[in-house]
Amino acid sequence: MSILRRSRFLNRLSIIAVMTSSAILAGCFGDDESWRGKDISGLMPELAFELTDTSGDTLTADDTAGEIRMVFFGFTSCPDVCPATLQKLSRAVKDMPGELQEDTRIVFVSVDPKRDTPERIASYVDFFSDRAIGLTGEEKALRELSKRYRTTFGYDDPDEEGNYNVSHSGAVYVFDREGDARLLFRPDLSIEDIRADLVALAEESGI
Amino acid sequence: MSAVDYLIPYDFSPVTILGFVLVLGFYGYGLLAMPEADRPGSGRILVFVVGVMICYGVMQTRFDYYSQYMFFVHRGQHLILHHLGPFLIALSNPLPVMRFLYSRIKPGIRQALTPLGWIYRFLQHPAIASFLFVGLIYFWLWPPIHFDAMLSRDLYWIMNWSMLLDGLLFWWLIFDPRSPVVSDALGYGKRILLLALVALPQMVLGATIVFSRGMVYDVYEVCGRAWPMPPETDQLLGGLLTWIPPAMMSILGILIILRRAMREDGKLSPYSEKLEATHP
Repeated sequence: MSILRRSRFLNRLSIIAVMTSSAILAGCFGDDESWRGKDISGLMPELAFELTDTSGDTLTADDTAGEIRMVFFGFTSCPDVCPATLQKLSRAVKDMPGELQEDTRIVFVSVDPKRDTPERIASYVDFFSDRAIGLTGEEKALRELSKRYRTTFGYDDPDEEGNYNVSHSGAVYVFDREGDARLLFRPDLSIEDIRADLVALAEESGI
Repeated sequence: MSAVDYLIPYDFSPVTILGFVLVLGFYGYGLLAMPEADRPGSGRILVFVVGVMICYGVMQTRFDYYSQYMFFVHRGQHLILHHLGPFLIALSNPLPVMRFLYSRIKPGIRQALTPLGWIYRFLQHPAIASFLFVGLIYFWLWPPIHFDAMLSRDLYWIMNWSMLLDGLLFWWLIFDPRSPVVSDALGYGKRILLLALVALPQMVLGATIVFSRGMVYDVYEVCGRAWPMPPETDQLLGGLLTWIPPAMMSILGILIILRRAMREDGKLSPYSEKLEATHP
């Protein structure tokens, strides 16, 4: 009898466990509606890098502390994704209230240091926005940085003229003033959505 | 890249390496120290080591890099962690080695391990075990969860370890070497039923991924692929790996259990005395 009761108890316990875990799982899938981009708070480490800026000097994450930083990996010979993304970001920044614009920074990291000299990156980012800076470094440093943010890049074989394509992340990683990873902008996010998120971020950690 | 670069871990995890070293170390120690009569044969030892090493290989070599940046390689990684590796480990029947190691544990420590036994028995309840087995696959492949798991290093490790541990629990329940006739191991009929039951939702999930028109797992698109491959091809291959090999392994498992059940059919059943008493 006691064995029977025990097995009945175990059966009931297992049903309860299955139901509870389903309920917990369902809870996990609730979407947070407040951000237009993807909320990555707590998923990624804080912003840290040591790269070369367009004047050839070393720049670290601390040098841009206090600003909302949008980090994007790309290369200046990029035919579509990079110009489109930089264009979007700079438009979104321009659409922000004037005083908030000064608190944003577009950080373009070139993962093609062989072709992208600091001068070339400088003329490239300056074309898009005065809130943009361009960085690059040795391939090892770039590999470490991209690994830190769970992304990668690769080079295609060069053609006869020495041109080659570079595969890289299409996403923009957004860090708040303290350098904490906050949002991820997917390539299909609209300018208005980006602007709204940037304004919300800039306003929350007040000026 | 040299051969060494392919063998060193992409994302070095001391805990993972320690775990594998301990498992192989204890297994090796058990083999050497245990009485020869109980020692598994070389075939079984080989199957065990291969099972452990393929799990290590997909977690701590360059394979892990490709798993992070290609969906179909990631599905291959989970196929090994959740199915093939644990399947081989359970099939190699390390029970005599485990029994021997357990006998070497001091009684005081053994008592302290009792709560672990309760958790183990709870997790090995057939309903819980099969729910966990399928539930974990669905959980980590749920698009928003999958996205987060691929972005967060911590979640990624939790995902891979949870798949490996759950795979070990499930396949150990299925291939429990003790006969249900003379022990409280799960009956052969129930084992076959579980294998068939867990195969169905996996086939549905795999087929859903294969026949999805749009991108279901865009994290690989967002974070860059390891090499240029059309996203649809990547997703199609990943779906096939979720669908066909697990279904085949369920069938293979059923065949192995059937063979064992048929072997035991001919032997004397302990019920025969009872049957004689009630049906003289």
